[in-house]
Amino acid sequence: MKLITIAGPPSSGKTAVILKLIEAFKMPQGSIGVVKFDCLTSFDNLSYEAAQVPVQMGFSGKTCPDHYFVSNIEDAVQWGIESGFKLLITESAGLCNRCSPYINSIASICVIDNLSGVNTPRKIGPMLKFADIVVVTKGDIVSQAEREVFAFNIKQVNLTARIIFINGITGQGTFMLAKHLKNALEIDTIRDMRLRFTTPAAVCSYCTGETRIGEPHQRGMLKKMEFKK
Amino acid sequence: MMTVSDFMTLLNNDYLALVIERYPITLDFLANYRLSDLATDGLLLDALAGVEDEILEEFGLEPYDLLLNLAVFLRTFSETRSAIGGVTSITINGGINKLKQPENISLTISAGEVISIVGPTGSGKSRLLNDIECLAQRDTPTRRQIMINNQPLDDTQRFEMDGKLVAQLSQNMNFVMDLTVREFLEMHAKCRLSPNVNEVVETCFLCANDLAGETFSDDTKVTQLSGGQSRALMIADTAYMSDSPIVLIDEIENAGIDRRKAIMLLAKREKIIFVSTHDPLLALNADKRIIIKNGGIDRIIETSTEERQSLALIEKLDNQLLKLRNHLRSGDLITKELINL
Ligand SMILES: Nc1ncnc2c1ncn2[C@@H]1O[C@H](COP(=O)(O)OP(=O)(O)O)[C@@H](O)[C@H]1O
Ligand SMILES: [Mg+2]
Repeated sequence: MKLITIAGPPSSGKTAVILKLIEAFKMPQGSIGVVKFDCLTSFDNLSYEAAQVPVQMGFSGKTCPDHYFVSNIEDAVQWGIESGFKLLITESAGLCNRCSPYINSIASICVIDNLSGVNTPRKIGPMLKFADIVVVTKGDIVSQAEREVFAFNIKQVNLTARIIFINGITGQGTFMLAKHLKNALEIDTIRDMRLRFTTPAAVCSYCTGETRIGEPHQRGMLKKMEFKK
Repeated sequence: MMTVSDFMTLLNNDYLALVIERYPITLDFLANYRLSDLATDGLLLDALAGVEDEILEEFGLEPYDLLLNLAVFLRTFSETRSAIGGVTSITINGGINKLKQPENISLTISAGEVISIVGPTGSGKSRLLNDIECLAQRDTPTRRQIMINNQPLDDTQRFEMDGKLVAQLSQNMNFVMDLTVREFLEMHAKCRLSPNVNEVVETCFLCANDLAGETFSDDTKVTQLSGGQSRALMIADTAYMSDSPIVLIDEIENAGIDRRKAIMLLAKREKIIFVSTHDPLLALNADKRIIIKNGGIDRIIETSTEERQSLALIEKLDNQLLKLRNHLRSGDLITKELINL
């Protein structure tokens, strides 16, 4: 089975891109499955089910979404293999801009939205920086110049990534993305593989349910802001 | 051509201030790592010694990595645009239409030529533009093949073009940045690493005003431009700032700009231009027009002398309509005299 990980800020068009990508692969129904990692809730399963794509949803709830992803990805792979998929796609919502669910040698795609502000690529961090391919959505409704500036800002953060513009409605552009992904790595496990970037190190009292505010309630790994006088 | 190790030497020997002066984009690199406040009156590596380890750690970097990253960054952004330079012609080799009949056509178009694409809605005009954009190699539903400089392209070459081969312009495109016209042009010029930003910004601005029906100032927000002004700015920008040798224009008929002048401008910049249109002014202004029927190229018509001669008349009709529109806009009455043809 091949594995592809796709990440991107909320509402950047990940699900639309994945659905169009599945169409472009032209593989028999049931040979591609999706695992969606999200935080609290998501309605993406409806879109996948409507397209008759087998899907599993996972919600990180009160734990860090990145930690949740790493802790479950091998199980997801095993589910995919047992289900007889030829290809498994994981979709993760990057919420803290530090999420980067990418694994060495596994095809990694970041989806960002051309409407989200020109400087957004420079703020996204590892999720963009460590991707092999950056997919830009909604480029069809902004000017050529803004597409070029956006691509330039992506390049600043990730010098080597391929940048592909995709229209999530018509699917224009998915054709080339599918071509790129034809050579994704075949795996039967990803045990012992490594993440491309460390997950956020946050084990503080708030991680374990603390709600009170103020120094006396703060324990564990903390990072304090410095307010200059 | 500077190599990565040349840039390393530069960073190891020259004060940061000098590096910034020669490669202003260095400032962007530093800002990306929250290092904008770095002392510039010394070497980068020394300045980094004064930075809290935590900042670099958060980005997963050691000072030396940062230096190397900057060298690779500078090398990448000083690269000449070789992949897309030197496109002198494009060839469309026919495939099949929606009824699976062969198109039996091969059309080669050279830099500076304008081709219009006409046909009913849903006939396949946009599909043809898409085939050109993805450099189809008989692997899209139409089975067409696009060649550049008379050569077919393999997948690696297609990827290499990385979407830089074509610039696109359509009715649905808008500006979304919260910038003034001048800031917008400056930002684009900066991304193009133009050596003389002010000059190219000025050229673009004047040209956009020349194309637009109503003039605008350079401190107008781009989002506040009218449809016509936006289109005019987009065309001027494509002509003077975009590297892409091919321009695809999808239906800009109601744009309220001097369409003919706009197309001529792009052609003069040695672009290869495709215009999908229902507008006689645009269609007859092209050197040839592709007739699309049932998803296929049905015929290619070379614009005849008679058609060319009627252009002047069509333009007169067009101006007449424009005049009526302007009268309506300013609240005047439309009189029979105004419509005299
Ligand atoms: N040769 C062809 N073979 C198969 N499908 C085609 C072909 N040409 C066009 N189509 C499809 O027909 C539909 C309408 O075409 P489109 O290019 O959007 O029309 P237009 O731009 O002329 O209004 C699209 O879904 C397109 O993919
Ligand atoms: Mg169309």
